[in-house]
Amino acid sequence: MAIERSLTIDSIDVKKSRRSGRWSEWVIERVIQASGLLTIVFIVLIFVFLLKDSLPLFKTHSLTALLTGRDWYPISDPARFGLVPLLAGSLAVTLGSIVIAVPLGVAAAIYLAEVARPSIRESVKPVVEMLAAIPSVVFGFIGLLILAPYVKSLFDLPTGLTAMTGSIMLAFMALPTIISISEDAISAVPREYREASLALGATQWQTISRVMVPAALSGITAAVMLGIGRVIGETMTVLMVTGNAALIPHSITQPVRTMTATIAAEMGETVQYSEHYFALFSIGAVLFVITFAINFTADIVLHRFRRVGR
Amino acid sequence: MRPRGAGEWLAYGLLYLSIILVTLPVAAVLFIVISRGYSAISWEFLTAMPRMGMRAGGIFPAIMGTLLLVLGTVAIALPLGVMAAIYLSEYASRGRLNRLIHLAIVNLAGVPSVVYGLFGLGAFVLFLKLGVSLLAGCLTLALMILPVIITASEEALQAVPQSFREASLALGATRWKTIWNVVLPSALPGILTGAILGVGRAAGETAPILFTAAAFFLPRLPKSIFDQVMALPYHLYIIATQVPNISQSVQYGTALVLVGLVLLVNASAIVLRSYIRRRRSW
Repeated sequence: MAIERSLTIDSIDVKKSRRSGRWSEWVIERVIQASGLLTIVFIVLIFVFLLKDSLPLFKTHSLTALLTGRDWYPISDPARFGLVPLLAGSLAVTLGSIVIAVPLGVAAAIYLAEVARPSIRESVKPVVEMLAAIPSVVFGFIGLLILAPYVKSLFDLPTGLTAMTGSIMLAFMALPTIISISEDAISAVPREYREASLALGATQWQTISRVMVPAALSGITAAVMLGIGRVIGETMTVLMVTGNAALIPHSITQPVRTMTATIAAEMGETVQYSEHYFALFSIGAVLFVITFAINFTADIVLHRFRRVGR
Repeated sequence: MRPRGAGEWLAYGLLYLSIILVTLPVAAVLFIVISRGYSAISWEFLTAMPRMGMRAGGIFPAIMGTLLLVLGTVAIALPLGVMAAIYLSEYASRGRLNRLIHLAIVNLAGVPSVVYGLFGLGAFVLFLKLGVSLLAGCLTLALMILPVIITASEEALQAVPQSFREASLALGATRWKTIWNVVLPSALPGILTGAILGVGRAAGETAPILFTAAAFFLPRLPKSIFDQVMALPYHLYIIATQVPNISQSVQYGTALVLVGLVLLVNASAIVLRSYIRRRRSW
């Protein structure tokens, strides 16, 4: 009978028998479907909770005062919650680290994708992964004990805990992201491009600089954006090495305080559901919106690049 | 293809330099932490409770705290992450919903760790009233490593050849039976690699547990999942910035244990992955 059935089976039958499986199978499939959707639920939940605990702030303070206020005095009376010095701090540290990490990271990616022998590539890539794996608190620790005294004496500063110290440490943390995604982008450029260029008599360097890198540029741009996203969100390192002065910096050799460090440093000392607590959550919401925008755009760019690139 | 002219030599020189500058920090961190920290490492340091305001004794509760946090985190994130990956790889069609889920994963991966900490505080500690506890910390960290596990698992599932699935379905197995008996076992090493990478990430993070699980000083092991715990990265932060007159060897010793733990976990993931690549027979 089994043979008879298998002879008469057609595609519709297969679908039907697969669908009308036992109820346990139906349950499992629904559970799997639900967990697939869970990631969307989580990202929405994070945003909802950030909003829920930051909106009460606006009963007593205006959004404009938060976004354009130049003073962050959370425990003065009345308290002033102005984000500008913290935004400036995050911006200074981020810009500094990007200036270091982008040329370095893109150069390393070019080297790995186009120049390095496979044996070198296979031994350097794990090292880059190791760099990504070193905990941010360890970078902060090394920055605090090794780099900061060095910066202090080199520039003859009152303190070595400055925006620049943070930038240097954060550059190391942005590097793995920038390198691995840029390398993927360069490797994804069709090999015909390279072959056509070389066949026309271009040198390897001309091929790299005028064909491969321009072709991978949108991927590299996305890599840089993701690196920026990583740096803006970094917390422990900047908390430990940037000096934590909530002032608008005039040079990178001054102490700054970033948005992330403010949350980390002050949340432990606030009363739950106080004005200060709500203010810290609103910093979190601003951070979430910024990183969301960066990651969202980077992913759209990457997605388009992958479709066009192949 | 030899470089042509001085300009090209310079360009290649800069490329070589960049790779040296990129690998240097890893070597430097390892060298500094090992050379200054190894003298602190002793049996007592690893297995004793801290004494004299953390200036003497050991870091045992911090090590155990991190291990418990990581175990709990993986226990929560692994099943969820693998199921989400199964959905994406085996069930979802290449439609708009799939793209939306991928966008959510990318953004979940990009949420700053301190924002996870805020969410954990707002949602788990206060809203669900779990308190500052091991459980709240594990839930927060699980959310954070979910993208790592989903991405690695999805990749591993998609690397399983289509013919495996077709062979199983042709033998009359249902879709779930095929996934459970054929696809998952083939993808298991890859999924494990993702889980290990997630472990490394969870073990090293400080910001998410700052307000959800970590105890400043608690010279005993947690009694239940609703108890606070000490954790290695937070302990390093505390003794580096909050405790005056602490000997550097204790600080570097703690850093060495943390770096050693995290790099060991990551190295095992890298080794496992290269083993899979060599052994893969399809």
